Amino acid sequence: MNDSVIQVRDFRKIYGDVVAVDGISFEVKRGEIFGLLGPNGAGKTSTLESLEGLRIPDGGSLQVMGVDPAHQSRKLRNLIGVQLQTSALPDSITVVEAMKFFCAYHGVAPRYDLIDRLGLTEKRGARHHQLSAGQQRRLVLALAIAHNPPVLFLDEPTAGLDVASRVELHNLMRELQAGGTTIMLATHDMAEAAEMADRVAILLRGKFAATGTPLDITATGAGLTKISVRTQGSSLSDSDITFPAVRRHVSKDEYSIYFSTDIGPTVSAIIDHIKSQGDTLIDLRVERPSLEDRFLEITTTGGIR
Amino acid sequence: MSAFMNHFSFEFRTGIRNKELLLMNYLFPLGFYVMAGMFVTELNPAFRETVIPSMILFAIMVSMLLGLPQPLVTAREVGIFRSYKINGVPAISILTIPALTTMLHTLIVAVVITATAPLIFDAPLPVNWPGFIVVFLLTAFAFIGISLLISVISSSSRATVLWSQLIFLPSMMIGGLMIPAHMMPDALARIGMLLPSTYSMSAFQGLAKNWTIGFDPYWSLAVLLAGGVLSFGLAIYLFCWDSHNRTQRGHPMLALLALLPYALGALLLW
Repeated sequence: MNDSVIQVRDFRKIYGDVVAVDGISFEVKRGEIFGLLGPNGAGKTSTLESLEGLRIPDGGSLQVMGVDPAHQSRKLRNLIGVQLQTSALPDSITVVEAMKFFCAYHGVAPRYDLIDRLGLTEKRGARHHQLSAGQQRRLVLALAIAHNPPVLFLDEPTAGLDVASRVELHNLMRELQAGGTTIMLATHDMAEAAEMADRVAILLRGKFAATGTPLDITATGAGLTKISVRTQGSSLSDSDITFPAVRRHVSKDEYSIYFSTDIGPTVSAIIDHIKSQGDTLIDLRVERPSLEDRFLEITTTGGIR
Repeated sequence: MSAFMNHFSFEFRTGIRNKELLLMNYLFPLGFYVMAGMFVTELNPAFRETVIPSMILFAIMVSMLLGLPQPLVTAREVGIFRSYKINGVPAISILTIPALTTMLHTLIVAVVITATAPLIFDAPLPVNWPGFIVVFLLTAFAFIGISLLISVISSSSRATVLWSQLIFLPSMMIGGLMIPAHMMPDALARIGMLLPSTYSMSAFQGLAKNWTIGFDPYWSLAVLLAGGVLSFGLAIYLFCWDSHNRTQRGHPMLALLALLPYALGALLLW
């Protein structure tokens, strides 16, 4: 049985002479969080908005739960929840009115519990223009999930949110995912993508430059693992010491920092050297290349999968 | 409460909450009515005869032409229509509900004018109430159509003001509100027949007051109805959800077709 909720085949979107999306294909499975990453103008919003039925594709096919977003918009409405990048509601609508308004159009009872859950209890009677940017985003998110859509599109969901709201949003996303909701997440926040997404795709100039799990993508890069070491004595202070697989070495804040292509031999050699010098290890930190490092590597070198 | 009623209720409240709409729906028409009633009736006592229809027509024009299009254009520009679309709000509701709530605000103002003008300015009441109500409804419908058409074809807020004023100002000057059409030079009166206000005043005088001036008032009703249907239909046809991703079904110049009934009126009823 095919459990793909979103299916995109050879999707193209063209604006005048500009090819915004150039024949991408992907699938998103039920209950999956799929992260769409890419620099500005890479084609993320065109892809999302075409899946949401806001834009008409210029080529290929798109399906969301078997529905063609461009031609079956009525069927699509109750299947998807959308948090657009910019929150756009009438200035004078209050939080409670907005919940009633959109729930009425979805044919469901208003979900006032979501207003409380997203920290807007004290703002129930406040008008949209009186809310902060973060509160507006939380309201739009509440509206997006109020009708329990099986598919949720989030465009920069944590932009403008404080730390607590961001944690709450991530918890909510996990809950929704556990309940079977499929989430498509477009974000510039690599830490968020790495933490939340089961799979990510990096779009670059309308094509996929990389797809896979965040671990897959970071593992395929040429990124170097950063090993930071601090000792009681000065066994590492000699800049002429060499360790296996180390490509670069710097000293900073009492730490000797090594950039290695192969962490095992490097760490073993460093520890052996410290012991042989009669020195004592105080701290050792290993930082794998992050999704952000890999993203930067791809976007700056224009690397294609 | 159904989605339609919920939307209607919200839009109606917006017409009072929003300061600009409050000004256009109530403060400006009622303020102008009081001022015109006080000063114009002193300078021209004959104005008492038409103060009710002309001030109601003024209220319709202000709320429909100056009040209604701007929020619709702004909503499209800032992406509110996109939010509506992804949440299943139909295009027809986006256009008709603000139109209906504006009409309700105008009806309230019309009731206030009709109830107070005889007391304050010694203005005569309409003698044919069903005719008066029909003319009010068709006039409002004709202006709603034009306002929606302006909101749909305007590419920006600035353009909206331009289009609205292009109808509003001539209507005030040569549309029969302040100077009756039969007192104007022929050329101006004929140009005035391209404006719905001319037919509205003619119908108000003929059907609500049973005067016999100019052409048959039923033709005026027919022109207003045809103008309303045509412009409303064109507004729905040309409606676009998104300023940045315009997928309009027809060229905005098609909107000029809405003038056809008025142009035919100017040719055939003169």
